[in-house]
Parts: sequence; structure tokens; C-alpha cells
Amino acid sequence: MSRTGHRLSWPAAIVRHALLLASGGLMLLPFVWMVSLSLKPPGEIFRTSFSLLPEHWYAIENFGKALTAASLPRYMANGVLVCVAILALQILVCAPCAYALAKLEFRGRDLLFGLVLVGLLIPHQVLAVPLFVLGYSLGLLNSYAALIFPFVVSPFGIFLFRQFFRSIPDDVVHAARLDGLSEFAIVWRIMLPMAMPAVMAFSIFSVVAHWNDLFWPLIAVKSPNLMPPALGVAIFHGGEASTEYGPLMAGAVLVILPLVLAFIVAQRWFIEGLTSASLK
Amino acid sequence: MISPGYDAPPGRANVDRSAWVLPTRRPGEVLAAVALAGPAIVLLLILFILPIAAIIAIALTDWQFGTKSLHFVGMANFRGILADNGFVASLRNTVVYVSIVMPGTVLGGLGIALLIESGNTLRDFYRAIHFLPFMATLAAMAIVWEALLHPTIGLVNSTFASVGLPTANWLRDEATVLPALAVIGIWQNLGFAMVLFLAGLKSIPQDLYDAADIDGADRWLDRLMTVTLPMLGPVAMFVVIVVALRAFEVFDTVQILTQGGPGHASDVLLHTLYRESFEFLRAGYGAAITVVFLLVAVTLTLIQARLIDKRVHYQ
Repeated sequence: MSRTGHRLSWPAAIVRHALLLASGGLMLLPFVWMVSLSLKPPGEIFRTSFSLLPEHWYAIENFGKALTAASLPRYMANGVLVCVAILALQILVCAPCAYALAKLEFRGRDLLFGLVLVGLLIPHQVLAVPLFVLGYSLGLLNSYAALIFPFVVSPFGIFLFRQFFRSIPDDVVHAARLDGLSEFAIVWRIMLPMAMPAVMAFSIFSVVAHWNDLFWPLIAVKSPNLMPPALGVAIFHGGEASTEYGPLMAGAVLVILPLVLAFIVAQRWFIEGLTSASLK
Repeated sequence: MISPGYDAPPGRANVDRSAWVLPTRRPGEVLAAVALAGPAIVLLLILFILPIAAIIAIALTDWQFGTKSLHFVGMANFRGILADNGFVASLRNTVVYVSIVMPGTVLGGLGIALLIESGNTLRDFYRAIHFLPFMATLAAMAIVWEALLHPTIGLVNSTFASVGLPTANWLRDEATVLPALAVIGIWQNLGFAMVLFLAGLKSIPQDLYDAADIDGADRWLDRLMTVTLPMLGPVAMFVVIVVALRAFEVFDTVQILTQGGPGHASDVLLHTLYRESFEFLRAGYGAAITVVFLLVAVTLTLIQARLIDKRVHYQ
């Protein structure tokens, strides 16, 4: 029984499916086209007649070129390294702070929370010039550290964890203290395990954001060996392969594949994680 | 979570507990707070707060990356960008882009959400396929869109030609480049708006539909007009702002597909900011653009925050 209405009559149900399949088809069309071109030889790509599947399969050549000429495995390994490092540092930095803001009473707490809220207001691209200068003066530019350091603290992470920690009863904290746990032990052994939904949502938000990020990597690194996937595929496109759509599409498939597979497995978590940031 | 403290006689337990109950201040709590929150606060100051102060300060100077000299020039950079045809075009393009993407995304997302919610079957499936573009790496998908919009081998032109619609070199023509980029923006953000609307639809109380039934509003369209759309008002306002904010931050598609061209026809604020600061190395000038960008983004975010507060009050 749908909330917005009664059970649909069968003609109405057919119209609903027809409309949703049509719009869904349009949404998926770029993905289908990408896979289709990644399987075709250049001659068939540059033919104007329309076909979804190739006459001559060229997948091995296209994906082979994306994997060797564009060093895509390197970009993706960089992406994994950078995303994991950023997420681990964010949780390490944000969870204790969120606990202090949620469960401890101390002078200046409201002021500190105000600081977090100001951080939430700022679009990250605005920080690019000062962070570039900071990275330059610390000698960090063009290294993995350059890709990671601007993101080690996340105002959104602090905000989200604080909200979740507040919903955990104070009695849990008291009991843990009576058991002799230190404040740090309470954060890592009691609060964070109880806040797994928030941790999951934040992890997906963070990993998707940094796997897909083009703006900061474009500024922070010049060496192809350090490039994360979004920048790598952009450089591949801007370079000599700019009209070789077969290898380019193969590269695009490889770059989006990890997130798409994870999305198919954990759809609900992804939607929650990626929309929670705007409901803050 | 049973601990020895709770087994003590009632009287003593109460005394003990009151000592622990927050917000009573415990000795050492301040120290613990400093140790726990200190690293995050220091990093927030270094990575967020000081850079904001720095960007405003840099905007008042003539500094260029790589030079040692730096002079205070007051508002000269701001007068400079306002007199710069490139910046004015970039600002105008951004406004045009947002004013296409925002209504397209909001109306599309609302329509899809209403369609999904009107029946019981395949909801998760439809939600997933409409949401997919929102999380797929846009830098990679931009290249796919370039192939789709290609003037000779693109699917868009061959389809348009076969049904008698006009064709174009979409990304190289001043008249079509912004609308083409806007279509990609709508494609990417539609599923996001849809999910926000689906959450809004779920929060409409069933009582209202029952009441509408009794009052004779029992057809789908009647219920839509008398209950669903009026109740979605606050959510819709919120989605409008969130989507406007996302559209305002457009960068990846412009950087990969057009670099702001042809001419300045698709230059947008974030791309101008990037080019002036990091390609032309005009730090002071780039910082002035950054300040303008910051002002608009903060205004939109504050409206968004107010709308969230409002929605809480309604419930």
C-alpha cells in the first residue's frame, strides 16, 4: 500500500513502469554507451550507423591500452591509498573531538562547536590558494601528503559523530567510567562501535568524495605517478589519446567500476551516506 | 553495561550518580576535553579558519605566486574583476548554468520521486538507477558525454538527425555549450534531488491522506494537489537551495570538456578561480574571485541551514 495513494489500477501501473523505465533508461544511457564503445575497434566507433555490440570485439586491445599506456592501475592504487589514508585520519581526529563536544562539559565548548559550524559553511574549493601556499611552504606539494593533508579534519565528520554520540545515553558513559575506562578508551571501545551507522555513512561520503575529486589533485600534484583516478583519467583524455574513444571509455569503465560495484551491493548505505551531508 | 556502582544501596548510588551526571563539571574533564578535542580544533584552525582569513587578506594585495614583493592595494582587485569582461562573463555563465540546472533537476527529481512513490513495485530498483549518475566519477563520465555529444559520431546528433531535430557541435558552439553542460549537470544531480524528495514524501503523515479520502479527494491527482504538493513545500525549498549550491560549484565538466570555451562562453566561477590562481598565478586576483565565490556559497548555505531548522519546527 503506497502512502501517497491507493493501490494503482493496472493501466496506471503500466504507465508508471513505462515512464520510470524511460527516464531510467536515459539516466543509464551514458553508462551503456561507455561500455559499448569500450568494446569496439576504432573503425566501428567512427561509423555513423548505430549498434550496441561490436562486430569485431576489441575489448582486450582497448582495456589493454588503458591499463598500460595510461598507467590506470597506478592511478587506482593511488586512489585507494589516498582515500584510505584520508578516512583513517578523519576518524582518528574527528571522533574524539565529537565525543568531547557531545558528552563532556567544559568552558568554551559552545565556541568550539561554533568553529565546527563555520567549517561546515565553507566550500572546500575556497581554501585552495591558502592551502597551496601552506603546502608549498611546508614542502609538501607533489606528494601523497599534498593530496591528504587538507582533508585530515572534516567539520562534517565532527558534526555527524557528535549528533550520533548525543543520542547515546549518558548512563553508558558513566558505566564505562565506573569500569575504569579512560576517556580515549570510551571513544574507541564504546562510542564508535555504537555509532556504526554514522561511521558507515561518513566513510561512504568521504571515500566517494575523494575518489571522485578532481579540483584539489589538479592543484596539488604534477607527477603522473601520484595522480588519483579522476585526475588520471582527465590527463589521459587531455593527452595523446584525446580522440581514441575505445581506450578512453575502457579507462572510464575501470575508474567508475569500484564505486558502482560497491553501490550495487550496499545501495541503502550509499544513498544515506551521500545525502546525509546536505541534511546536516 | 552493568557495573558495580549500580549495585550499591539506593541512597549512596544516588549520591554517586549525581556526581557523574552531566553537565556537572568533574575535575579533569577540561584536561580530557583538551586532549580529545585539541588536535581537531588545531587542525580546523590551520586548515579552515586561518585560510579564510588569509584569502581575504591576499585579495587586498597585488601578490603573484613566485614573487617576493607584495603591496596592499585595497579594493583594486575587486574593481579589477568587475571591470574584467572575462570575470563578468564567467559570473553570468554561472548564473545561467544554475538557472537551467536548478529547475530542471528539482522538477525532474520531484516527478521521478512521485512516480516511484505512487506504486509498490521495483521501488529500490528505480531509485538505484536514477541515483547512479550522482556517485559515478564525473571526470570519467564527462568523457563519455563528450563521445555522446560528438558532432559526427555522437549518438545525440545521429538520433536527432534521424527524427528531424537540428544537430550541432554542442560543446564547440557558443549558443549550445552552456545548455549542453547544464544537461550533464541535470543528469548528474537528478537522482540526488529524487532521494531528498522521497524522504520528504515518507514524512507526510498518513492521517492527511485518510482525511482527504473522507473529504472526497480520493483520486490520485486530487490527493497530489490537496495533500502531497502543499506538504512538500518546505522540502522543495530545501532541495532548490541544495541543488543551486551544487550547480554553483560546477567545475569538472567545464575543466575536462571546454576549459571555458569557445571564447568565454562556458567559463564558470570555479574554473575562472582555478585558471587565474593556478595557471596565471595571479594570487591576489584569484583571491578576489574566491571571496566572491565564498560570499555566494555561504549565503546559499545559510539559507539551507535556516530551512532545515524550519522543517524541524513544523514537525
